Amino acid sequence: MDNIAGSKSSLGWAVNISVVLLVALWVFPTFGLLVSSFRTADQISGSGWWAALFPSEQTERYRVADPDDNRIERDGLFVVEGNLFEEGTAVGEIQSWGTSSRDVSAYQAGETADLGDGETFTVDSDGNYVWSGNDEQISGRGQRAFVTAISPPEFTVRNYDNILFSGGPGDNMAKAFFNTLTVTIPATIIPIVVAAFAAYALAWMDFPGRALLIAAVVGLLVVPLQLALIPLLKLHVDIGIGKGYLGAWLAHTGFGLPLAIYLLRNYMVGLPRDIIENAKVDGATDFQIFTKIILPLSFPALASFAIFQFLWTWNDLLVAKVFLIDATGQTTVMTDQIVNLLGTRGGNWEILATAAFVSIAVPLCVFFAMQKYLVRGLLAGSVK
Amino acid sequence: MNPAFQGLITIIIGVGGCIAYFYLSNQFLDKVLYPAKGPKAGQNINKANMIRPWLFLFPAMFALGLYLAYPVFETLRLSLTDRDQGGAFVGLANYNQMFGEPKFWEALRNNLLWLIVVPAASTAFGLLAAQLTDRIKWGSVAKSLIFMPMAISFVGAGVIFKLVYETRPADQNQIGILNAVWLNFDGGIGSFLMLQLLPTIILLCFAGIVAYVGWIFVRPIAESRQNGGGAGFVPLRLFVGAGALYLVYLSISSLIGVFTFDYPYGEPQTWLTIPFWNSFLLMVVLIWIQTGFAMVILSAALRGIPEETIEAAIVDGANPFQVFFKIKVPQIMGTIVVVWTTITITVLKVFDIVFAMTNGQWETQVLANYMFDKLFRANDWGVGSAAAIVIMIMVSPILIWNVHNARKEMK
Repeated sequence: MDNIAGSKSSLGWAVNISVVLLVALWVFPTFGLLVSSFRTADQISGSGWWAALFPSEQTERYRVADPDDNRIERDGLFVVEGNLFEEGTAVGEIQSWGTSSRDVSAYQAGETADLGDGETFTVDSDGNYVWSGNDEQISGRGQRAFVTAISPPEFTVRNYDNILFSGGPGDNMAKAFFNTLTVTIPATIIPIVVAAFAAYALAWMDFPGRALLIAAVVGLLVVPLQLALIPLLKLHVDIGIGKGYLGAWLAHTGFGLPLAIYLLRNYMVGLPRDIIENAKVDGATDFQIFTKIILPLSFPALASFAIFQFLWTWNDLLVAKVFLIDATGQTTVMTDQIVNLLGTRGGNWEILATAAFVSIAVPLCVFFAMQKYLVRGLLAGSVK
Repeated sequence: MNPAFQGLITIIIGVGGCIAYFYLSNQFLDKVLYPAKGPKAGQNINKANMIRPWLFLFPAMFALGLYLAYPVFETLRLSLTDRDQGGAFVGLANYNQMFGEPKFWEALRNNLLWLIVVPAASTAFGLLAAQLTDRIKWGSVAKSLIFMPMAISFVGAGVIFKLVYETRPADQNQIGILNAVWLNFDGGIGSFLMLQLLPTIILLCFAGIVAYVGWIFVRPIAESRQNGGGAGFVPLRLFVGAGALYLVYLSISSLIGVFTFDYPYGEPQTWLTIPFWNSFLLMVVLIWIQTGFAMVILSAALRGIPEETIEAAIVDGANPFQVFFKIKVPQIMGTIVVVWTTITITVLKVFDIVFAMTNGQWETQVLANYMFDKLFRANDWGVGSAAAIVIMIMVSPILIWNVHNARKEMK
C-alpha cells in the first residue's frame, strides 16, 4: 500500500496513534506482571505497579534520638545531632518536613524551624538534623519530625532468588522447571522424526489410499484432546506405564503428530520435483533421498514445527495433569505449580508474578529468537 | 533414576529406534524380502516399492490411530457405560444425567458465548492490526509485540490477567489496573462516553454485522422463490438466519440495559465474581492471545492481494474505508474463514484459562472444564465421556469442512 499516493499521508498520524494504542493495550498486562515481579510484597500491595515506574512521594514520622542520652552541650545550648534514618533505611531525598501532623510540609529541606524561646530544629535533605535549645527544652522525649521524601523507583531481584533458589518447597520452582524441560525436549524431538518419514511418504510416494490418509490427517488435526484423556489414561494404566514421564512423552507425541505430518507434507510437496527424480535416476533409494535431500531441504518446516511443539508442550497443563502428575507431586510441571500457587498464595503477587514470569521467560526467548519460523509455520499450517 | 537422565535416554532410544527401524526395515525389504537381482529383479523392485510407503508410514499411523482415532470411538463407548456398574452398558443414561445438571447447561451456554465472541473479536482485532501495521514503518516491531502473547501459556496469561482484575478493599490503593481505571469513572461525561456510548456503538455494529451475515445466508432462498430455482442447504440457511435474528434481538435488548443499568461508581469491583460478565473477562484473555495469530495470517493475505485491484479502486475515487471493506476484505474472505474456524477450535478446547482463573465458579463453567471436573473430581467417567462427545459434536462441522476443503485442494 505504501506506494499508492495519497493513501498514506492523509491518515498517517491517525494510523500511527492507533497502532501505538493497540500495542500498548497488548503489552501492558505482561509488562505489569514483569514490573510486579521485581517489587517487594509491601510495594505491590501498597500501590499499583504503574506507580513503581515513577519516583514516589512518601510521608513518614520519625523521632530524633533520646535527648537525655544523646544531647551534648555546645556554646551554652544543648544540641542533639544525628540522622533521622537508621543505617541503610533512607527512603529517599527529603523534600519538605514539619514538626506537627497538622502541617507535615511546613519547612523545606535545610530550613531551620523556630520552635519558640530559642529552640530550633533543622533537617536537611539527607535526613541529618540538629535540634538545639536550653536544658529544659532538650529533654524528655525526642522531637518528632514528619518527613516527606521522594524515593526513586526501587526494584529487587529477591523474588527471583526466592522462586529459583532459596524458597520453600511450595514456592521453589527449580524442580518444576527441570520437570518441564524433561517433558518438553523428548516430546518435541520424537514426533519430528516419526512425522518426517510419514510426511515424505504422503508427499512423494505413490500408493493407493494416499489421498484418504491425508484427509484423515487433516481430520485428526482438529480432534479435541479431551476425547483422548480417559481411554488413553486407561490404556496407560493397563499396560503398566501409569502416570509418568513416559506417558506424557507418548501423549504429546501422539497429539503433535497430525500437525507435524500436515506441516511437513505441505512443505515437502513444494520441493522441486527435478531434484528427486534426478536422484532416483542416479540410483538413490527412497531412504537415501529422504535423509540426504529431503530432510536438509525441509529444515524451515522442521524448525516451524519444533517451535510449535515446544511452545505447546512447555505451556501445556491438561496433558501434564492427566498423564504425568501423580499423587506424590514429584513430577509437577511449572504450569501446574502456578495453578497451585494461585490457590494457596492467591494474594502474594510477588510470588505469583515471579513464578509466572519464570515459566513465561523461556517461551518468550524462543519466540523472539525464532519468530520467522513460527510465522512461516502458521501460514503453512492453517488449513487453506 | 534421574528424570533428566531418563529423558536423555528416551531421546536416544526414541530417535535412534525410529531411525534404526526405518533403515533396517528398508534394508530388509531390499536385500532379503525382494532383492533387486536374480531372475525376478524387475518384479521384486515393483513389489518392494508397493510396500515401502507403508514402512515409512507405519509408526506415524500407529501413533495416530492409537492416540487420536481409537480414543474417539472408545470415548463414545465409555459415554454409554457406567464405571460403577463395572462398565455395564447403560444406554443414554449418562447423557440424561448430564442434561439434568444445571452446570452442564451453564457450561454449554458459556461455550456458545465464547464461540461467538472470541473468534469474532480476535479476527476483527487481527484484521485491524494487520491493516494498520502494514502501513507504518515500525509495523514489524508492532506486529511482534501484538503476536507475543502466542508464546505465553494460558496459565501464565491467567496470572497476568488476574493481576489486571485484582481487587483491593475500597480504602486501599487499587493494584489491579481495571479497578484503578474504574474508580476514575464518576458518572460524568467521560463515563457516559465510555460506558454508554461506546457499548451502544459496539452493540449496534455487532447487530448490523450479524444481520448482514444472516441476510447473506437467507437471501438465496428468497431469490430462488422468484427464479423458481433451488437454493442448497435450505434448513442450514434457515437455521443460520434464525440464529442471526436471535442475536440481533439479544443485542438490541441489551441496549436498553446499557442505559437503564445503575453503575456502582466509586466502588472497587471483584470483577471475576460478577455472573455473566465475568465470562467476558475470561474471554478477553483468549482474545488477547489469539489476536496475534489472526493478525499474522491476515496480514500475509492482505499482502497477497493484487495491487491493481486496489489502484483501480483508488483511481475510481474510493476512500480508504471503501478500499478496505469493499476491495480488500472480500478478496481475503477465504482466509478470514480459515482464521475464524481455527480460533473456533481453540475456543472449544479452552480449559486452562477457566481452570486457572475461576475454576468454573461464579457461572463461568465451560465444557472442557466441566468434563475435567467430572473426570477427576467426581470420578464419573461416563458423564465425562458424554461431555467430551458433546465437544466432539461441536467440532465436527469444522472437521468435515476442513477435510472437504483439503480434498478439493488436492484434486
